[in-house]
Amino acid sequence: MSMNKVYNRIESIVGNVITVKATGVRYKELAQINTRFGKSLAQVNKIDGDTVSLQVFMGGQGVSTGDEVRFLGRDMRVPFGEELLGRIFNGSGDPRDNGPMLTENMKPIGGPSVNPTKRILANRMLRTNIPMIDMFNTLVVSQKLPIFSISGEPYNQLLARIAMQAEADVIVLGGMGLKYDDFLYFKEELSRGGALSKTVMFIHTASDPTVECMMIPDMALAVAEQFALEDKDVLVLLTDMTNYADAMKEIAITQEQVPSNRGYPGDLYSQLASRYEKAVDFANSGSVTVLAVTTMPGDDVTHPVPDNTGYITEGQYYLKGGRIEPFGSLSRLKQNVNGKTRKDHRALMDAMIRMYSAYKETLEKKNMGFSMSRWDNKLLKYGELFEQRLMDLSVNMSLEEALDTGWRILAECFEKDETGIKSDLTDEFWPEK
Amino acid sequence: MTQNTGKVVSINGNLLSVKFDGSVSMNEICFVKVDDTALKSEVIRIKGNIAQIQVYEMTDGIKCGDEVEFTGDMLSAELGPGLLGQVYDGLQNPLPVLAEQAGWFLERGIYADGLDRDKKWEFTPTAKVGEVLQAGGYIGTVPEGPFTHKIFIPFYLLGSYTLKSIKEKGMYTVRETVAVITDERGRDIDVTMSFKWPVKRAIRCYSERLAPVETMETKVRLIDSFFPVAKGGTYCTPGPFGAGKTVLQHTTSKYADVDIVIIAACGERAGEVVETITEFPELTDPKTGRSLMERTIIICNTSSMPVASREASVYTSVTLAEYYRQMGLNVLMLADSTSRWAQALREMSGRLEEIPGEEAFPAYLESYIAAFYERAGYVRLPDGSTGSVTIGGTVSPAGGNFEEPVTQATLKVVGAFHGLSRERSDARKYPAIDPMISWSKYRTVIDGEKSDFCKDILHKGVEVASMMKVIGEEGTTLEDYILYLKSEMLDSVYLQQNSFDAVDADCGSHRQRYVTDKLITVLGSDYELKSKDDARTYFNRMRQRFIDWNYKAFESGEFKNAEAEIDKLYSEGKGSLTGSAENLLKGGR
Repeated sequence: MSMNKVYNRIESIVGNVITVKATGVRYKELAQINTRFGKSLAQVNKIDGDTVSLQVFMGGQGVSTGDEVRFLGRDMRVPFGEELLGRIFNGSGDPRDNGPMLTENMKPIGGPSVNPTKRILANRMLRTNIPMIDMFNTLVVSQKLPIFSISGEPYNQLLARIAMQAEADVIVLGGMGLKYDDFLYFKEELSRGGALSKTVMFIHTASDPTVECMMIPDMALAVAEQFALEDKDVLVLLTDMTNYADAMKEIAITQEQVPSNRGYPGDLYSQLASRYEKAVDFANSGSVTVLAVTTMPGDDVTHPVPDNTGYITEGQYYLKGGRIEPFGSLSRLKQNVNGKTRKDHRALMDAMIRMYSAYKETLEKKNMGFSMSRWDNKLLKYGELFEQRLMDLSVNMSLEEALDTGWRILAECFEKDETGIKSDLTDEFWPEK
Repeated sequence: MTQNTGKVVSINGNLLSVKFDGSVSMNEICFVKVDDTALKSEVIRIKGNIAQIQVYEMTDGIKCGDEVEFTGDMLSAELGPGLLGQVYDGLQNPLPVLAEQAGWFLERGIYADGLDRDKKWEFTPTAKVGEVLQAGGYIGTVPEGPFTHKIFIPFYLLGSYTLKSIKEKGMYTVRETVAVITDERGRDIDVTMSFKWPVKRAIRCYSERLAPVETMETKVRLIDSFFPVAKGGTYCTPGPFGAGKTVLQHTTSKYADVDIVIIAACGERAGEVVETITEFPELTDPKTGRSLMERTIIICNTSSMPVASREASVYTSVTLAEYYRQMGLNVLMLADSTSRWAQALREMSGRLEEIPGEEAFPAYLESYIAAFYERAGYVRLPDGSTGSVTIGGTVSPAGGNFEEPVTQATLKVVGAFHGLSRERSDARKYPAIDPMISWSKYRTVIDGEKSDFCKDILHKGVEVASMMKVIGEEGTTLEDYILYLKSEMLDSVYLQQNSFDAVDADCGSHRQRYVTDKLITVLGSDYELKSKDDARTYFNRMRQRFIDWNYKAFESGEFKNAEAEIDKLYSEGKGSLTGSAENLLKGGR
């Protein structure tokens, strides 16, 4: 066994990765390295004969070739239990509040995927009272959805609001490269809303070492999975996955991996997918729902991180200009639930989006100076009302109220047969003038 | 065969280097022993006495010096009765069996037989003792769901064989000997109802390959009428994320006019597989009146499952498709998504430190894609019957850009291209197949000239629309504007389809022919419309009538009433058929 084997010679130090000559070491095993700045964990990420590469959690800075490396004979684990609630940890699993270190009931992280035949069809609506979500892109229990956004947008505010309004037994917050201010904001907001006592936080801030950033999603999701197996509905909030991907890129480049797109490793898709796929609804047990902020460098949705994410997740919320855009936003699972809400839900949703798309085209024509037809003017009025009464992020109403509002907007702007909605629905729901 | 072993000398993700003594063959299966388990792996490169192997599992905990056992076999699928209705992983492990053994999670190192060893099947012999047989010939049958499953002379047996003995009609398991055959040198070979076939090799036990001519109805109007797929043909569906590739494949797997559907969920979401597993047993196959699941096999290697078995999953799927084709059946194999398969190749290529091609994909990407699609085909079998494998693959191009290597390599080899566009999906147009860029080399279910007539209207409409963006509506002539409205109407009442509505989603070829004739009448007519506003109002109303018509069951009373509404509005608009449309309608009848 490699337990407690100690090595006093580090062969190379490149970025956050060191190599030592060692035998009997297992792939992904943890080691502890004692540097003049204190102790740090390190994890084996490549073995070539007796050359073992390790990524050092606190980074390579200040590591000396003479530092002691002690292999621990175990893999990365995270504590689990009710006592986690209300606690805050860093990317090494150490407390970053003033609470005690937890060492009981350690669970492995990054475990195997759920057998697809043990999953059940996502079929419970998760109400948020945000019409652009509930009515147009319904969130479903066990769904995995990113919030695509741009630096400067209020994505963390949106995340916090969903955390407080959504019905979940446990909230797990994973912060990666989080600004310290934002960390404090989450702490304050969740405690103000009374949600802190059902929350576990794994926080890596922008000033913490890169390797710790890479541990955050696995730890957050491992804890979420354990709670779900104890029949809890868990909401995992991750922010920001682009920082996570950038951390992976940094390590991959350090280890001279052939990059695929814009320097990201070729397995970016698989890496992101194995995290997002932790979202699950267990038959006769709990669930894990994942919402993950993904900032898009340069508002470019074709950037590798949002692009790969979009292929993995079940849609996305696109937060731009302080509101959830109807184009670009999509909840793929909405049809699992929106047929059971109210019978006009789907048809009204489709028609309103179609009309809004037509409005956008008309707006473009108007901005180019073309004269507006009678139809164009109807669309312009419609677009304005839609944005004001439903799109604004401050709007807070139930799904049913949102649907009624939708019909009123249509009736204020159009005739029945201009909407493209089946006649039996307009006959029933069209408001009297 | 003597047991051949080796020792692990390096570990990099799921790529291991193994030092071995004896001889090892390329693509041979081996097992890495770690703790109490043995992890299935495949040899992908050999240099001197070092074999590089890809492990089909997570490699955590492996150390140098761990033992590797080589099996001498290539990665194979077990073929025989009992495949239909199964949900397998990429290595043909039945997932429900794994769940019984391991519970919630796919624990590594647990494998199960592809076919149930204990289940008995009713075998009826069809061959006579003394009969001379070859690989691909059959000796008997068993009923499997709605099909007559043929029991073959294993495909890997070369040369001719004489049937020495055969069991009587009765119940047997797939591993019991049901016949003995004698080869040309007098050696006896036992034949069971199942045998193994290496998945990366195509099954070629047919007399000849024929041109795919018969259209495979998908019930999707946009596909069948304008960009059809043939039985034995190939097609691809590239599109940016969220454009509806998977929904379209899901609909196709339900409604396609074939005997058997094999769904390869390759590197995509587990949730989608759950949908199919939940929904299919409840649905009825209109052809057989039995559960849809009885004609379906799901090979599911979702995105979080190990990447090496993702690569294997498409081959396992197409092997099962070829097997049922050998019984004279029409099989549709749907791969979602071929890009994930290509990425699996890329990940491995990167670890092997091969010189990267475009976007770091390996240089052999194109030939691998071509070889995969070439496994589709319409064939004549030794007994004179025909069978087909149709392959439809989705492509997930990075950034939705079709210029990328996987899309381009695929377009070179397929017979139809259904390109999904972000614009159409954003505007909630389903299916989001863009008629401006898509194409097909196969035969449409409506008359070819009628199909061209409609496509022509679409093209002209798009031209007018882009012109209007520059010169505005007021600068457009009434004539052009009406053309634009007609093309918009055609798009919304015929190209778009409601996949959630049982009637609208299931639009057969008879209905498609009937409806296009009506559409050609409406679109191929001139009207007495005085202004653009009049024209818009008129076509909005006409559109509404057609949409209502789409939801009525074909040839029902309601259907006829809705049709009468269209005719009424047509005469109100004083429509008069143009010469070209009139000729078209006459010629087509």
